[in-house]
Amino acid sequence: MEKSILRASVLSQEQIADQIYSMWLQADAIAKSAVPGQFVSVYSNDSGRMLPRPISICEADRDNGRIRLVYRVAGKGTAEFAGCQAMDTLDLLGPLGNGFPLERCPAGRSAFLIGGGIGIPPMVELSKRLEGRVQVIAGYRDELFLTDELAANGELYLSVEKDDLFKNLSVGADAETDRFLIEGTVPEQQEDAGIRSVWHGVTHGNVLDCIRENQLQADVIYACGPTPMLRAIKAYAQEKGIECYLSLEQRMACGIGACLACVCESAEVDAHSQVKNKRICKEGPVFAADEVIL
Amino acid sequence: MINTKVTIAGVELKNPVMTASGTFGSGMEYGEFVDLSRLGAVVTKGVANVPWQGNPTPRVAEIRGGMMNAIGLQNPGIETFCSRDLPFLADYDTAVVVNVCGRTTEDYVEVVERLSEEKTVDLLEINISCPNVKCGGISFGQNPDSVEAITREIKKHAKQPVIMKLSPNVTDITELARAAEAGGADALSMINTLTGMKIDVNRRTFALANRTGGVSGPAIHPIAVRMVYQSAQAVKIPIIGMGGVTCAEDALEFILAGATAVAVGTANFRNPRTVIDVIEGIEDYMCRQKVEDIRTLTGAVR
Repeated sequence: MEKSILRASVLSQEQIADQIYSMWLQADAIAKSAVPGQFVSVYSNDSGRMLPRPISICEADRDNGRIRLVYRVAGKGTAEFAGCQAMDTLDLLGPLGNGFPLERCPAGRSAFLIGGGIGIPPMVELSKRLEGRVQVIAGYRDELFLTDELAANGELYLSVEKDDLFKNLSVGADAETDRFLIEGTVPEQQEDAGIRSVWHGVTHGNVLDCIRENQLQADVIYACGPTPMLRAIKAYAQEKGIECYLSLEQRMACGIGACLACVCESAEVDAHSQVKNKRICKEGPVFAADEVIL
Repeated sequence: MINTKVTIAGVELKNPVMTASGTFGSGMEYGEFVDLSRLGAVVTKGVANVPWQGNPTPRVAEIRGGMMNAIGLQNPGIETFCSRDLPFLADYDTAVVVNVCGRTTEDYVEVVERLSEEKTVDLLEINISCPNVKCGGISFGQNPDSVEAITREIKKHAKQPVIMKLSPNVTDITELARAAEAGGADALSMINTLTGMKIDVNRRTFALANRTGGVSGPAIHPIAVRMVYQSAQAVKIPIIGMGGVTCAEDALEFILAGATAVAVGTANFRNPRTVIDVIEGIEDYMCRQKVEDIRTLTGAVR
């Protein structure tokens, strides 16, 4: 009975790439308890749209009680959210789901944080909370976003499959740091202050090509993105014997485990369902790779 | 003082508001949002004799004013249900209605017999109207003869009163209502979802993996009210109305059309507290309209 939907004030709204929006909301209770990898249900202000949209938490600012949602406009509901401005309100429920197991990457261990497309946002908060070594591998299609945030908390590697975007990333090695930077992306004042949007490498290929090209190693993998990517990462982790956690996505209705809409196939009979599937909103969205069949 | 108590087949409910099967699990998840003891009844998700896997995903899609689902009656089977879900519900001061599904008449009977030993169970709701499973479900519910036959068979074995849940995917629902009554049903619930289809134009495929699904939500409310009204003229047994209830006004329409009780379904997904809002809204209405006993509202519009 302690749980309820809360009305959150939109603090800011910004388009950060084509169809990708970043929204900060004042949501104290959610910000306080959120674990990276958890999501919130966002309800439309239009009563004709009955189902909440599950959106992963990109950042949770515990000190100021604010959360950041970075999401793709995929239909009318998310288009409505993108139209919200400061002072507007949205109903939220959360944080929901389990989140990534942070304790699997303590100091002394190293992790891959692999995000593909709209699976990249949860990696921002995750990169801040892990105590071990953070290596972010971010797969982009048409446009970069959240690179500053990701580079601020770990070593960032970009994977770009499209020729156009790869060509546009006119990269050059920074002699002092041996890092790469994008020409013209760092505002002048920041450049003067010595701040650089930097990353360790750009690979023309998928996220696994990126790991191989840069000869990266890790003790644990955290990943979120399209199913084909997660399937390949699961196979890679099995081959290398690396502990691996995948965040899954599925159409949801209730968001709290009652309706059984958002299930995924599980390797073993699940204790709750008594069949081989698990609720993504409740037992997930993060699963040990071995637990699920993709 | 207002009286919101209603009686269905001898079972007294503290108010006429229950949950619609499949939208509320067995109440465990929603119990974190609402005090289940305030509900007239909790109606559980359908349970079969053995665990059911359900359909492939995607299982749900949104439509304007509602949604579609093709969950496929995934459930953990009667044994897990009896050892886990019923003891949970036993701790609340609410009536417990167990929704029963099956592929064959024998499946239904097996579950009904198993439940006859369970004191926590006040009423049985027999799902002969699910549009999303190949065997069982709606295949029993679209023909008056088979509705009467399965009702009669279940009544032979049931210890608790039996509610038959009817499908709207028929030409004349009153024929099915009469058939269930003739088979010995103690009450009716209606409507289950309407079969629909949604196409995802971007992916150029069906929005649901099952291709078709059951349409629910406010979009179907007027259809459900009409069917409750027609059925109330056709049978003497009590009717539980459902389909698109989001507020007290929606619920009261059902009651005035002839329903003894109502169920809240899809609206739970939009607001987990909807059931409480509906209960309080009905009480407000009764105070404002000076209605002392809710039973006087049932079928008041003719």
